[in-house]
Amino acid sequence: MVNPTPNLEPVVSRYFNLPDAWKIETVLKLGAYETARKALAGKPEDVAKMVSDAGLRGCGGAGFPTAKKWSFLPKDTKKPIYLVINADEGEPGTCKDRYILERDPHSLIEGIIMSCYAIKSNKCYVYIRGEYVIPTQRFQAAVDEAYAKGFLGNNVFGTSNYRVDITVHRGAGAYICGEETALLNSLEGKRGLPRLKPPFPAIVGLFGCPTIINNVETIASVMHIGRMGAENFSKWGGGTLGPHLYSVSGHVAKPGVYELPMGITLREIIYTYGGGVRGGKKIKAVIPGGMSAKILRADEIDVKMDFDSLKAAGTMLGSSGVMVMDEDTCMVKALLYGCRFFAHESCGQCSPCREGTGWALKIIERIYRGEGKIEDLDTLLDVAGRMEGRTICVFAEAAAWPIQSYIAKFRAEFEDYIKSGKSAGKETAVHAAH
Amino acid sequence: MANITIDGKQITVKDGSLIIEAIDQLNGDLPRYCYHPGLSIAGNCRICQVEVEKMPRTVIACNTTVTEGMVIHTKSGKATDSQKYALEFLLANHPLDCPVCDQAGECKLQDYYMEYGAYDPKFNENKVKKSKKAFSIGPTINLDQERCILCSRCVRFTDEVTKTHEFGMFNRGDHTAVDVYTELNNKYSGNVADICPVGALTDKDFRFKMRVWYLGKQKSVCPGCSRGCNISIETEKSRPYHLKKERVMRLKPIENPEVNKWWMCDEGRYAYKSIDIGRIEKVQARAAGRLEETTWENALVAAGKIVGEAAAQPSRWAFVTSSQYTNEELFLQKKFVKDVLRINRVAYSWSFDQGFEDNFLIRGDKNPNSAGAREIFGAGEDISQVVEAAKRGELDGLIVFGRDLSKYGADTLSVVRAKVKTILYSGVNVNATSNSADLVLPGASYAETDGTFTNFEGRVQRIRKALEPMADARATWKIVQDLAAGQGIIWKNKRAEDIFVSLAMESGAFKGMSYTALDPHGKIWSGPGAAQPAVAATAGAH
Repeated sequence: MVNPTPNLEPVVSRYFNLPDAWKIETVLKLGAYETARKALAGKPEDVAKMVSDAGLRGCGGAGFPTAKKWSFLPKDTKKPIYLVINADEGEPGTCKDRYILERDPHSLIEGIIMSCYAIKSNKCYVYIRGEYVIPTQRFQAAVDEAYAKGFLGNNVFGTSNYRVDITVHRGAGAYICGEETALLNSLEGKRGLPRLKPPFPAIVGLFGCPTIINNVETIASVMHIGRMGAENFSKWGGGTLGPHLYSVSGHVAKPGVYELPMGITLREIIYTYGGGVRGGKKIKAVIPGGMSAKILRADEIDVKMDFDSLKAAGTMLGSSGVMVMDEDTCMVKALLYGCRFFAHESCGQCSPCREGTGWALKIIERIYRGEGKIEDLDTLLDVAGRMEGRTICVFAEAAAWPIQSYIAKFRAEFEDYIKSGKSAGKETAVHAAH
Repeated sequence: MANITIDGKQITVKDGSLIIEAIDQLNGDLPRYCYHPGLSIAGNCRICQVEVEKMPRTVIACNTTVTEGMVIHTKSGKATDSQKYALEFLLANHPLDCPVCDQAGECKLQDYYMEYGAYDPKFNENKVKKSKKAFSIGPTINLDQERCILCSRCVRFTDEVTKTHEFGMFNRGDHTAVDVYTELNNKYSGNVADICPVGALTDKDFRFKMRVWYLGKQKSVCPGCSRGCNISIETEKSRPYHLKKERVMRLKPIENPEVNKWWMCDEGRYAYKSIDIGRIEKVQARAAGRLEETTWENALVAAGKIVGEAAAQPSRWAFVTSSQYTNEELFLQKKFVKDVLRINRVAYSWSFDQGFEDNFLIRGDKNPNSAGAREIFGAGEDISQVVEAAKRGELDGLIVFGRDLSKYGADTLSVVRAKVKTILYSGVNVNATSNSADLVLPGASYAETDGTFTNFEGRVQRIRKALEPMADARATWKIVQDLAAGQGIIWKNKRAEDIFVSLAMESGAFKGMSYTALDPHGKIWSGPGAAQPAVAATAGAH
């Protein structure tokens, strides 16, 4: 379900409900590719400046300022520069990029053309999550259409004298390939293992060349910034941080993808747009930014949903995957699901994460079976704390934070479960969008 | 250059150095599993954590570059905590089957646990079981996936050094396992057991033969080809003759950045058995057509007679030797030939010396000291010329050191034997020529003597005595000295080193060299008489 914001002209999601918007003929009538055409008539620096003025921050999870990331590219490299679009949307509770790929692929292609121009790249790889079959088909079809129209390839638009090529690559289903350097390895045909940093991809990236890796929504937003102007983009919806896609799932009445001004409160997302908790129940907990983000209790949902506010609240905006758990949710079972996911998806490279995720899973499984001991909670926290910050990539943090936050915020429930050997409530767990 | 401080010690290191390299320069003892100086950086074991002042978290020393003024702590509470935690994770699914593990005693899990162990393990779950326990992955190596800590050294070795790509990582998470795509069967396969920090990859040849704490170790040089890889000869030490007559248990490469880096080939590694097997153990003399055991005393009397005949008719005698001998031995042999026998027919090389070679370590010349022989003897004849002369009946006698003339065929040897009146043989191992000789003097193997070899690029390197000569065997330089003494020529060398001192005085190429100056990596000769110009070593991991 897609639920564009009432009373506001949608931006990134504007064609999500428009029939056949993935076809080029539909969107060409509405002015598609005009923004890119104009941008390519101007200077590359103008695109970058516009993105900087709009204050666009990466929508993949880390929220790094996009224009700043671009500025890390070496200035006078003799190697080709690559743009890689991270469409490996694997974070549980997140499905926003899927809508762009599936329902408005041309906005992404247009954003790619502009971004390639801005960073002086002629080649873009789009790495799409393996499970995204229809999004891949739709996006590939859109790329083919754009080539047929002369919007891609040599001399884009026939007048720019600028080349942009797009290669669509479907992943093989590993969560870790959403980590940008694992993605690069996978794209190179290697095992999807995160790389040691430094060097960072902007210096040594894909095939050893300078590479910028951006999220789907980020690059689609570049086009919208060009279309609307930086100021209109950032002031959209009365805010200062622009529009943002939130994937809302779990025990809400109206789950779906919502485009809302960045900085709206979590309460508004759930109650004003998500229709509240289904069945009129109370909220027990909310994960604000995908499975990896630390969980919030019901009394913490007045937090603003932007990068800095959530960081100040001890969690993160992450991929903006909001997962709501109602009062009947068993937190032991919820954590079991989380631990099972991370144990399954750890790439197995670094010892703390490889062993820690499996270890944590075994403990929580034991607790869930009713064989837990009170000391197990401290062992879990110990394992989580030892994983954190001691590995090549941030997967270990992502795996540690649910453990730490669930136990910290619901310790009494965990202790009760261990003592009684079963859940006090109806023992339901959140069922995320994925 | 960057000035940094490690555990209070100041050191200046090259810009761009890794912290772990700086620590190693100071001979620090930071734990590491995945880091190996000959391989790319993997950064996956996470145990080499150090505290760097002004950094919020500990960092891995193997992937952090030094910067000017950096202050590093390897033993602070923060650093050791991180190291300890990493070790506990590595041990979580390790089977702890040390009592039946062949790596025990040289296992880095054991070693580091003593120093960095938590001693209060928190892991209380069932361990991950891998599908197979110990299984063969090729002619030389067994793999135990459960013991593996997934440091990926073996994967990187076969990817980067041999470029044969047998190893890979399979599966994910705590089910990740090392395995092979194809049989591990390359010419350097034994090295993976050396670099495996735990008991996951064990050498079939050595497995269960000997607990490593019973091993004595001696630094030497592999005699298998003209590369001269530095090796450790590892021998039965405290329970002699436990395994009957096998004394040498294994050879291991020793790092020499100028010669073999950290590696050696399988051919060299497994060639040690001839030190203990197939030896000429006794002094023998032919009596009534049969070789009979005798004493050195009697043999030297007989030898004196043979050598006397040769010296009386030098044009009808030939001297055959081998560049398997040390510079010291060849030098005394040359003096013996030139000053005592005055024989002109000297041969030390033949076509059988040539074999497989690659562009890494293995050289086509299968002798360790051809350059030395060339320098000492000059070109010499080819052994085939001596054999032809013998077949034509031009020779009355042969003095043969370490060469088996039946390489030209058993027929050839019997023709030679029929035409030549006397053969004096000295060597290490039994062969058809020793069996057909009139007098057999058992020589010590390279593992039983001191000396030097000169490798293909003119690098003079020391070999050292790891064992006493087997049975009646004597160092070849002693045998030559004894033969000369039989003719009234007395050389007073007491050690191989004494001979080297004379060699360094007499031969231009060795000029100015001494045993102490040869350590630790050997020295390329540079005297005016150098037999061939020094060629830069091509051995390298990169």
